[in-house]
Amino acid sequence: MTLILIAALPFLGALLPGLMIRAGRDACAWTTASVTLTALVGLLVHAPAVMRGEVIQFQLEWMPLLGLNVNFFLDGLGLLFAGLILGIGLLIIIYARFYLARQDPMGQFYTYLLLFQGAMVGIVLSDNILLLLIFWELTSLSSFLLIGYWKHLPEGRQGARMALAVTGMGGLALIGGMLILGNIVGSYDLTVILDNKELIQASPLYLPALILILLGCFTKSAQFPFHFWLPHAMAAPTPVSAYLHSATMVKAGLFLMARLWPVLAGTPEWFYIVATTGLITMVLGAVIALFKDDLKALLAFSTVSHLGLITMLLGFGTPFAAVVAVFHIINHATFKAALFMSAGIVDHETHTRDIKRLGGLRHLMPVTFTIVTVAGLSMAGIPLFNGFLSKEMMLDAARNTVWSGNPWIIPALATLGALFSVAYSFRLIVHTFLGPKRDDYPAKPHDPGFGMWASPALLAVLVVLIGIMPALMVGPLVAVASGAVIGDDLPYYSLKIWHGVNLPLFLSIIAVVGGLALLALHRPLDAGWIKARRPEAKVMFDAIVGAVTRAAQSLTDGLHNGAMTRYASVFIVAVIAAGTTAWFGGTAAAPLREVQEFGLVPLTGWFLLIVATGCMVAFHRNRLLALVLMGIAGLIVSVAFAYMSAPDLALTQISVEVVTIILLLLALNFLPKTTPNESTNTKHWRDGMIAILGGLAVGGLALAMLLSDFSQESISAFHLANSKPGGGGTNVVNVILVDFRGFDTFGEIIVLGIAALVIFAMTESVLDSPVGAALKNRPVNPNEAGDRHPLMMVVATRVMMPIALMVGVFIFLRGHNEPGGGFIAGLIVAIALVMQYMASGFDWAAARQRYPYHTIIALGVFAAAFTGIGSWFADRPFLTSNYGYFQIPPMGEFELATAMAFDVGVFLCVVGAVMLALESLSRFAHRAGERPSPYPMDIDPSRDMPQEAKDA
Amino acid sequence: MEYLLASAIGALTAAGIYLTLRLRTFPVILGISMLTYAVNLFLFASGRIAINLPPVLLNNTPTYADPLPQALVLTAIVISFGMTAVVVLMALGAFLSSKNDHVNLSGDAADEQEVGK
Repeated sequence: MTLILIAALPFLGALLPGLMIRAGRDACAWTTASVTLTALVGLLVHAPAVMRGEVIQFQLEWMPLLGLNVNFFLDGLGLLFAGLILGIGLLIIIYARFYLARQDPMGQFYTYLLLFQGAMVGIVLSDNILLLLIFWELTSLSSFLLIGYWKHLPEGRQGARMALAVTGMGGLALIGGMLILGNIVGSYDLTVILDNKELIQASPLYLPALILILLGCFTKSAQFPFHFWLPHAMAAPTPVSAYLHSATMVKAGLFLMARLWPVLAGTPEWFYIVATTGLITMVLGAVIALFKDDLKALLAFSTVSHLGLITMLLGFGTPFAAVVAVFHIINHATFKAALFMSAGIVDHETHTRDIKRLGGLRHLMPVTFTIVTVAGLSMAGIPLFNGFLSKEMMLDAARNTVWSGNPWIIPALATLGALFSVAYSFRLIVHTFLGPKRDDYPAKPHDPGFGMWASPALLAVLVVLIGIMPALMVGPLVAVASGAVIGDDLPYYSLKIWHGVNLPLFLSIIAVVGGLALLALHRPLDAGWIKARRPEAKVMFDAIVGAVTRAAQSLTDGLHNGAMTRYASVFIVAVIAAGTTAWFGGTAAAPLREVQEFGLVPLTGWFLLIVATGCMVAFHRNRLLALVLMGIAGLIVSVAFAYMSAPDLALTQISVEVVTIILLLLALNFLPKTTPNESTNTKHWRDGMIAILGGLAVGGLALAMLLSDFSQESISAFHLANSKPGGGGTNVVNVILVDFRGFDTFGEIIVLGIAALVIFAMTESVLDSPVGAALKNRPVNPNEAGDRHPLMMVVATRVMMPIALMVGVFIFLRGHNEPGGGFIAGLIVAIALVMQYMASGFDWAAARQRYPYHTIIALGVFAAAFTGIGSWFADRPFLTSNYGYFQIPPMGEFELATAMAFDVGVFLCVVGAVMLALESLSRFAHRAGERPSPYPMDIDPSRDMPQEAKDA
Repeated sequence: MEYLLASAIGALTAAGIYLTLRLRTFPVILGISMLTYAVNLFLFASGRIAINLPPVLLNNTPTYADPLPQALVLTAIVISFGMTAVVVLMALGAFLSSKNDHVNLSGDAADEQEVGK
């Protein structure tokens, strides 16, 4: 199986649980398990080759220019981690089947779990650090979903948020660090980066990159001072805790440190940052763990402690320590996952995880007791179990390490950590299972079914087997994985139980004896611990988050106080300032073009426009007058277009002007008819100054542009030259719209359609609210004209309708060669239809409307889209056009181009959008006390005539 | 001619800005429409002024009006109608729901605060 398939399988499989849950919980669980099993088998197929020292690769170019490629590689370290992720994942899936309650949505759980699994496999197989970062973020996201799985629990939600905040921040730092690293080397491929140790360590950016990368690793692996999120993440269901927070996700940080160990380790900076952090975390986690009463909290802090231990080993930077780190990763994954699952069993059966309420479960739950004892003794580092071996080797590595000239501080603290480790491990076993049987358990405890204890039991067997026969069981795996970490020859080490009487053995004995003594003294120590004032991480975290939120809130409130006019003036002033700066900062060519003369006609137009604009500002409080004045301005603009050789624009502008004014009139019907004078004099003056400044700036810019030549040759020449031979039309503007820039137009008609739909939706929501009811019951204004549907107007619009439609068709057909086209034709037809609404009222017109406007918009978009797709069948790109000449008998020779079909789409879309917008607005009027009339007009002579006269 | 067009664009812009800064929705909509005229004319002007030039291809004519700004402005006119319609409806809905057509959230209070700054 190729590597990409192994990484992709869990993602693809994530689609299945949601479907399979319909077939039952068992089917769902087995489907999920089979996905993971397939990926695991696919991985193990490669195992023999990897064990021989080969590196399996897979490469696929994704965005080579950015250095982002889908490159995967599988070496010893990748095999170890991928094996852990998929193997333990499989056990967790089986366990979760029995752990989850009937009311828990199991399909969701398995989907999240598989997403997480895919992300983890992706991390450990990535050969490209950018790809790795993507998977890294995916683990943060999917673990957020998993931790917050029990949405009804506030602790779950808070824990999920905290985990996401901490690991997400770390992820951001990691991105920075990785990008620096990639820049130093000049490649984002891990295999290349791993070959450039000298280059990286000599770079001045080594330290920033190291710190940023370590921030990512430390947050992910819960190292001090970021350890606090892990215990809070324990609000997750136990399978999640066992999987994410002991075996896999928290080891992603360790994985990355191990992966980059060959190029980052070995410097004093690495040693002091990593080893010290690991040491502090190990001791601190172990001490806190001893005083936790919640089984899962105890295990969480013990996990923090063991992660610290492995971090410290990686931080030593010696090959021997790296081997021990790899070995301990295996051991910790086995015993800790078993312990978490057992804690879940205890919780599941007794309904409590509080150690102080437990005890004496030995005879009630013998199977669970056995598993916990085996795994717990391993955690304590007792001989014959695998934890003992790696702990001995850790002490061996520690005793040879000098910290800042001090040879005993690391071994002493490491022993102290081990001592507390012994204490909490024994506390877990003794206080939960030994002692007298109690009669106040919240539920009657008994061992669960086989399905639930199978997974931890299997891990417990592994704990013993590795503990007794380490070299046989995991020797080759440790060798090949450590080889991948070190990237060099392996140091001397031996995986065996008896190393003879030496210092590590003495340290171990001290730890065990001291740990047992601590446990004996637990009661008084615990009382002291409870009384002592300790910094509470959650309180601090909440305080920081609260402060940041408040700061953001006050900033937002300060900037966005709801005064829109202020935003607008700030925006306008900023634009003017930016434009002025750019103008005076750059060099503009001197005016080159000659000023053209003008006659009386343009001067008249200019005069009208200026007067209309001035009056509009002066009289804007009278809204109807302002609207009329705006109509004048719009009319002059369209005349100006016509005068300046743009007939298409003139036609468009004038028809849009008509519908805009109708629209505003409809709205004005419901709005106040005048605007009160509320602004202070200062505001008037200030706004006036801004407006004059803006006008001067824009006018000046326009003048400068008009008087200078193109700085580069315009592409218009291309369009002019190719319009006829390429697009088959002589109206270049229309050919540009439907052919050269057809894709633009396609987008624009979609925007227009969406705008119309938005208007429709807003109308619906307003009319459905109490506002709609109030409108409906609005009293009729007695001052309104009595003749609502005048005879003259009705007759005139009826007569004009076919003519207007004919003009529309004409404008449309000539559009390709003469001024016209789909946009203009659509507007004209829309106006013809709107006139019917105006003449005979909404009800009458709506009753005669055969196709809903939504459908017309959709038809338009489809027509345009299918025209574009049609060119695929001729093996051409989207929207390639073709044309030919046809005889249509009465009208002579016509040119038909595929662009015309596209123009039909434009036409339909414009008609539908304009009509839907106007119709929506007129529905307000319809609700507002409008009496639906069955007649098209109020006074109809034929209606009042006697029947005989009609017959005659 | 250039001066006429440029000054017209300037006047439309000034009127548009002034009305956009008013406190009620209707003048603001009118202001935006005036700005639309100004912007469309400005874009159109980027093709430079061409008077009495053929806009469509004819035989034996060497020069034409620049078609590219025309095509861009044509769609801009239509789209701006769509946007105006949306804004009008928002204003109408807001007025009917809240019984006032102030642009600013807290009406006069926000304006006084603004003036105070």
